[in-house]
Amino acid sequence: MEVTSPTFKQNAVHALHDAQLQKALGNVRAGFIDKRRKAADALPEFDALRDAARDIKDHTLAHLDLYLEAYEQKVTDSGGHVHWAETAEDARRIVLDICRMQNARTVTKGKSMITEEIALNDFLQLAGIKAVETDLGEYIIQLRNEHPSHIIAPAVHVNKDQVEADFRRVHDYLPDDRDLTEPETLLDEARRVLRAQYFEAEVGITGANFLVAETGSSVIVTNEGNGDLTQLLPRVHIVIASIEKIVPTLNDVSQILRVLARSATGQDMSVYTTLSTGPRRKGDPDGPEQYHVILLDNGRTSMLGTEFQDMLRCIRCGACMNHCPVYHAVGGHAYGWVYPGPMGAVLTPSLIGVDKGGHLPNASTFCGRCESVCPMRIPLPKMMRHWREREFERGLNPATQRYGLKIWAAFAKRPRLYNFVTSMAIPLLALFGGRKKRFSFLPLAGGWTRHRDLPAPESRTFMQQWRERESGKQRAAA
Amino acid sequence: MSARDAIMGKLRKTLGAGADDATRRETVAKRLAKPPKGIVPERGQGSDAHKVKLFCQMAEAVAASVTRVRSPERVPKTVSDYLRAKNLPASVRMGADRRLKAMPWDKLKSLELKYGPSDGFDEVGVSHAFAGIAETGTVALLSGKDNPSTVNFLPEHHIVVVDAKDIAGDLETVLSGLRRKFGKGGMPRTLNFVTGPSRSGDIEQKIILGAHGPRALHLIVVG
Ligand code: SF4
Repeated sequence: MEVTSPTFKQNAVHALHDAQLQKALGNVRAGFIDKRRKAADALPEFDALRDAARDIKDHTLAHLDLYLEAYEQKVTDSGGHVHWAETAEDARRIVLDICRMQNARTVTKGKSMITEEIALNDFLQLAGIKAVETDLGEYIIQLRNEHPSHIIAPAVHVNKDQVEADFRRVHDYLPDDRDLTEPETLLDEARRVLRAQYFEAEVGITGANFLVAETGSSVIVTNEGNGDLTQLLPRVHIVIASIEKIVPTLNDVSQILRVLARSATGQDMSVYTTLSTGPRRKGDPDGPEQYHVILLDNGRTSMLGTEFQDMLRCIRCGACMNHCPVYHAVGGHAYGWVYPGPMGAVLTPSLIGVDKGGHLPNASTFCGRCESVCPMRIPLPKMMRHWREREFERGLNPATQRYGLKIWAAFAKRPRLYNFVTSMAIPLLALFGGRKKRFSFLPLAGGWTRHRDLPAPESRTFMQQWRERESGKQRAAA
Repeated sequence: MSARDAIMGKLRKTLGAGADDATRRETVAKRLAKPPKGIVPERGQGSDAHKVKLFCQMAEAVAASVTRVRSPERVPKTVSDYLRAKNLPASVRMGADRRLKAMPWDKLKSLELKYGPSDGFDEVGVSHAFAGIAETGTVALLSGKDNPSTVNFLPEHHIVVVDAKDIAGDLETVLSGLRRKFGKGGMPRTLNFVTGPSRSGDIEQKIILGAHGPRALHLIVVG
């Protein structure tokens, strides 16, 4: 896909003036935050599980070569094939080779960010193979010729009347009086169309939430059931996963599952958690005849051992963007590549280079909410700061912005002073925000607010609210 | 150099640099041989009665429906009652599971039984679960001729029979059960953990039941 991250500022301005988008973004604030909190609060072990999940991934990353070896052996033992790909191009080539061997004309796809990262659909299209997205949100944006604007809710930027218009345009055989005004009727239409595709496809492609070294299994976690039909019905199942998806054992999967769904959608467990191990076996009445796994590097090995290593713990739950005021204001497309929000601001420069993605870490108010909700305890603000420093050193920022950041950095290095100043400043800023609770200028950060409004903070800082909440919790527990 | 060698080479250079390779290998082998149990929520712990009750509660909270019956003999009648209540045709699809086969289906003269994997034209599929998980109201289903995976996803309604004695408090207990059944590191081709009927929130974040999988999940707890 075309990378528009370098024009983040213009993208953001555009987003702020897009009425449909602004309406749709309301669903992010309303749809995710409370659900996550309720699910987290209902499990007393939740925070301890976050620690456990972090430790599991740290341990895995420190032994990644060995777990990959063990995993590969297990997949081979169960009759599957493992392919290694250093770059996106290598991975695409491997997919195409497998499809060609099957004379595949149609492939179905489960929802997968990694196939977005390697821009697989366009590539297959050029090779004459139809790639059909089967997740409802992915299907919608494929009809619209767009990319996901959120890693777990790809069509969150679209309103239902837009979806109706897209369905009418593409499913042009539908009678005019067919009701497509509600999510229910739209879903029914998508379900009907996609059912046929699962049976037609020769190859089904999915990503993986986890790869398990103990058993050689790939794991997908979904709600719709489309991923399962995608990997169950075609003759060939291809799993594409980046190397850091490995976890050692089934028990480790269990620990991380407990924080994944709660952080993502506020569910205790997603509807379908499926472990696939090898191809169809003797006597099996269903399942794919071939099972392939493509292990992709695409920049991960270069993050290992650097200050960005912690980012490799990410389980793509989306909580950081769901809680990010910048994401709430501009949506996912403004970030200009595959991964939006705080995780995207850290990952994008790592994967496509600081010259293209280096602006993104500036898209932060450093409120710290992302880190406070990240199930894997990834220090996102710290890593955004690392990128800023690098960009700063390279002199890629305009002078005024650099000046502002320098002052800001002086504060940030003295947390007490910073807390004091922001606690003074925030009620003041809330006044500036006025009734609409939006700023059009913010002292010291003119480079950021010149072209956009920021939501005004509540009159207490996030840190204050957080501490109150935490102490309330402790009191309740005592 | 192959892609594998290139990636492994980079990893070893970063991770193995200076570290004692034998120790690293031992650490990994140990963890794989004896997976640490981790943190298991209190929620699912307690008496068998508590586990079954919690399982039913959690399943209903995610929009599954639940019927409890005393013995396997009652299952066919329960299935047929469900079909009637939902105005469904008297026909069900199921695999070759012996526990299902042993049930007195022949007493229901009008009920059509179709065996084998689903072809996508079934209104109702019946499966027998390997286990239930109380902490989340989840059922675990294993692929194979006994319970073909297509039966879990293609029918509009999925009825799952689960023995009360197979309801565990937590996921880890079920994973241990799998290791016993398939040997260490062994797995069925497909293991489905199913928690409620399929759903989507992709349009305006409004949750709708019945996305691409079954629109309804009915659990029959036996015992
Ligand atoms: S960075 Fe953390 S919160 Fe964001 S998607 Fe990754 S795991 Fe989730």
